[in-house]
Amino acid sequence: MSERSEHRAGESPASGGGTKPCVNCGCAGKSAKQDARRGFMFRFGAALLGVGGAIAAVPILGTLLAPARRQASGWVSLGSADAFPPGQTRFATFLNPIRQPTDGDSAKTACWVRCISPGKYQVFAVNCAHLGCPVRWFAQSRLFLCPCHGGAYYEDGSRAAGPPPRGLFEYPWKIDGGNLLIEAGHLPGLEQTT
Amino acid sequence: MIGAAVDWVEARTGAMAFIAPLLTHHVPRNAKWWYVFGSATLMFFTIQIVTGVCLAMLYAPSAAEAWESLRYIDEQVPFGWMLRALHGWSSNAMVVMMAIHMLQVFLHASYKFPRELNWVTGVFLLFTVLALAFTGQVMRWDQDAYWGLGIGASIADRIPLIGNQVRGLLLGGPIIGGETLSRFFALHVFVLPGAAIGLVGLHLALIMKNGISEMPKPGATVEPATYREEYEKRMAKDGVPFYPDAAQRDMVFCGACLVLLVVLAAVYGPFGPGGQPDPTLIDANPRPDYPFLWIFGAVSLLPPASETAVMLVAPLVGVLVLVAVPFLANAGERAPSRRPGMVLIASLAVMAIAALTWEGKTSPWSPVMNAWSALPTPGHFLTGRTPLQVQGANVFQFAQCRNCHALDGLGGERGPALDAIATRMTPDQLMRQIQQGDGNMPAFGRNLDSAQMTALVSFLTTLKPEFEAPARIPGAQLPLPVRRMPGEVATPVAAGPQ
Ligand code: FES
Repeated sequence: MSERSEHRAGESPASGGGTKPCVNCGCAGKSAKQDARRGFMFRFGAALLGVGGAIAAVPILGTLLAPARRQASGWVSLGSADAFPPGQTRFATFLNPIRQPTDGDSAKTACWVRCISPGKYQVFAVNCAHLGCPVRWFAQSRLFLCPCHGGAYYEDGSRAAGPPPRGLFEYPWKIDGGNLLIEAGHLPGLEQTT
Repeated sequence: MIGAAVDWVEARTGAMAFIAPLLTHHVPRNAKWWYVFGSATLMFFTIQIVTGVCLAMLYAPSAAEAWESLRYIDEQVPFGWMLRALHGWSSNAMVVMMAIHMLQVFLHASYKFPRELNWVTGVFLLFTVLALAFTGQVMRWDQDAYWGLGIGASIADRIPLIGNQVRGLLLGGPIIGGETLSRFFALHVFVLPGAAIGLVGLHLALIMKNGISEMPKPGATVEPATYREEYEKRMAKDGVPFYPDAAQRDMVFCGACLVLLVVLAAVYGPFGPGGQPDPTLIDANPRPDYPFLWIFGAVSLLPPASETAVMLVAPLVGVLVLVAVPFLANAGERAPSRRPGMVLIASLAVMAIAALTWEGKTSPWSPVMNAWSALPTPGHFLTGRTPLQVQGANVFQFAQCRNCHALDGLGGERGPALDAIATRMTPDQLMRQIQQGDGNMPAFGRNLDSAQMTALVSFLTTLKPEFEAPARIPGAQLPLPVRRMPGEVATPVAAGPQ
């Protein structure tokens, strides 16, 4: 406000040292003091925006970035260990222990349980170590075959043929009260150790 | 009265002053039918927005309900199936039309000065639209969507150091689940369409700023120093107003496209949804949608040793090369006849994508998972055979050999067809191959016992045309003597009694 009235007051271009021509009307009536005040207003506004923005960014970035860190798992039962007879490899399903309320069917998870001998197991993820397609067990040829690019694995999960760079992913297991439990959760993938 | 109302609005908005040049600006007289593809792409995009908004009113973007809600749209909402069909077919049509538009611009070098950024915004639009197509496939939330996400996650996992983090960001969590669908929904209906609308606006603004390029003429080179001035002169002298001269062709072509789209949608109906998104139903054989079949083909045909590098680096190189096109050559000749190298590159790219799409569609590298139990053994491979050989035919089926090896054209194509294998491999070689396998064939040595192995080889040695000689070691005149180490599996001599 005052700025404008001062302009009207008709400061002459030569009236004060250090004046610059006014960009709006060319009247050259802006003093260094006004410049400083405008600069302060801008900095003050920027600071307010910065503080507000930084606080608002917490939930925003949280939503966007949190999934990068979350790697959880938990123990889940596959039922009685007796259901997996020695020498055989059987299909088993479980509800993912880290499921969320909105997951629906996608919380269901499948795995292959191989009982090597009584009390000794291997539990394989169905996800192919190549690009994650679901592998199927063929008891006759004792192979896991992948429908996508023909990856094949032996019954102990080691790579037999095709593009997979490694064997099948395995879940840690334990027997508790006659039940076979596995530690499962995140989607198995190459970057994980199991 | 109406005139007064228009004037009133015009005085307050300047709308006519904005729209009029859009209609009356001069375009080259000789543009003809070459220039209709961009308009058709825009029309399909408009259809996507309109049908997409309607679908968003009916679709439940929740992992627990999405698949059911699609079935509801297909089966109970009046003409809901048609809505989905239009959205699906128009999506493919938009990608195709965009590709044709881009090819035309590339062949005519319309990207040269001053239209470099027209091209760049177009490239960004291309990737935005492909991202829309990919996220749209996820919206179907069926088996293909689920396992397709698994493939995407596995590729992300291969990024060094931060693979796992990238995968988490992609999936919205540690598993493919509710938050994955919500994340892709937000991308598909807010982020990507917003980006696309902005880019379309920019693309059109650049077209208005730089004018429609003329048909290339050999010898009529682009000289950045004088181009604009001369273009303006030529347009003033020889151009025709966009409306109605050029617009009428756009109208006719878009109209024809729309009719074709409606017919395709009505006749062939919507895409999917496929099987339930239940990851415990593992009889899945995931396939990507058409725009991505060629990528699926390329990934599948890569030698495993190089695939990580190629999968991660190739997309970046692709984007960079496409963006760089106008900066590598932004002046000089535009006529295809003077740019044979560019024509060659375009032709090779088209052929490669077509061939890879075909490969992706037929996917010969995939085993036929039920061949062993579902396919009959052709009779002529069984008649007149010894019991051992017939038993070998049984082993051949039951050991899933058929999943990868065809007989009589039926069965997997991952391995070679075995109809005439006995003319190519001796019994010893067959035995060795089955026992030890190779890079693409498992070693069956630990999985079949010696009796099964013997029977299998004796069956395979009968697989040859009747009057052709069986394979033998080059130079050997007689069947080689069978050498046996103590305890070694008996190696059968072709069809000989044991
Ligand atoms: S995903 Fe299994 S072989 Fe490619």
